[in-house]
Amino acid sequence: MSTPHVLLGLLADGPKHGYDLKRAHDLKLPRAKPVAFGQVYATLGRLVRDGLVVPAGQDRDAGPDRTSYELTEEGRNALKEWIAAVEAPMPHLSSVLLAKVVVALLVGDADQAREYLAAQRAAHTVRLRELTGVKTDAAASLSDVIAADFGIAHLDADLRWLQTTLDRVADLHREVTTR
Amino acid sequence: MSYLSARGLVRSYGRTPALRGVNVDVEEGEIVAVTGPSGCGKSTLLHCLAGILRPDAGEVSYRGQRIDTLSEGARAALRRTEFGVLFQFGQLVAELTAAENVALPLLLAGTGRREARTAALSWLDRLGVADLADQRPGEMSGGQQQRCAVARSLVTEPRVLFCDEPTGALDSLAGEQVLGHIVRLAREQRTTVVLVTHDVQVAAYGDREIMLRDGAADPTGLGTVAAQR
Repeated sequence: MSTPHVLLGLLADGPKHGYDLKRAHDLKLPRAKPVAFGQVYATLGRLVRDGLVVPAGQDRDAGPDRTSYELTEEGRNALKEWIAAVEAPMPHLSSVLLAKVVVALLVGDADQAREYLAAQRAAHTVRLRELTGVKTDAAASLSDVIAADFGIAHLDADLRWLQTTLDRVADLHREVTTR
Repeated sequence: MSYLSARGLVRSYGRTPALRGVNVDVEEGEIVAVTGPSGCGKSTLLHCLAGILRPDAGEVSYRGQRIDTLSEGARAALRRTEFGVLFQFGQLVAELTAAENVALPLLLAGTGRREARTAALSWLDRLGVADLADQRPGEMSGGQQQRCAVARSLVTEPRVLFCDEPTGALDSLAGEQVLGHIVRLAREQRTTVVLVTHDVQVAAYGDREIMLRDGAADPTGLGTVAAQR
């Protein structure tokens, strides 16, 4: 995920300081990884350097570094471009899963591949159940449900692949052990 | 002893084995998903647990009592009073209205006509389809029909609800609504649910998953049941 662009998006409805941005990020994207304060400030620094954001005054009542930031015209354009750009349709998480299985099979350890696949499948299933729980919670907001749907759809794709691979490797195992 | 359990279930269709010694335990109030590839025996397991089919060997117990040894009549009575069953296609009676369909199990159990209709209307309301009470299945969408079927399966307030691919014929949003209703109502009524599905997204509505493979439970998920036997 592009944190700079998400921060630009969060500034679209008015100036905010770093702490507000972190809170807004974690609230609007509840299923994403929480963003660290350090990352928010470092990103804001780069956005200022690139002219996409400018400081918009100090907030007096609280602790250190309460500088507010607002979008520049360039920042607004950069945000529009980012939203309009179609992402390369490439798998992300599954590439790690794939690499592990391919490597396990490369070193000739089908058992380890199977154990890994079964464990990964179990972990995916637990996560899928958690996200499904979000959807059946009567208090879930539309953004909660949409974010859960997104996670569910991706986990589902991974799970199908994990199960198919498990079946293929199990067939291989069966052939070897019953021969 | 579990609320609902199976020990060493074996069942064949002719010479084709469907279950080869399945052990299953379901606790009261649990929502358990039974998953596995097509032909793994999950529907046969559900039919045996619900007393629709008799196993060739093994035992099925419900609240401490063997039910596989009961007569056909006694098992039918169990299905009328203790169990609810929901299939992929709701199997509503085409000639009857939604309210009449939902009232049917109560009428069969001897409830008076007026009381049965009142209960049916209340269950249709809980499923969000009260406005369809006087429509026939042909006038409803698939999702609406399935919600009526859920109402019909719960109108007798069964202790156990058996669902066989309950959303298999629905698009994902309609399916999600049906599953949401089943889970919510089951929790409210403390109904135990056995949910058979091949779909991981549907299985995720359960508290727990029992994986079947080649007619046997596969607790490790490694998929080598046949080789281990």
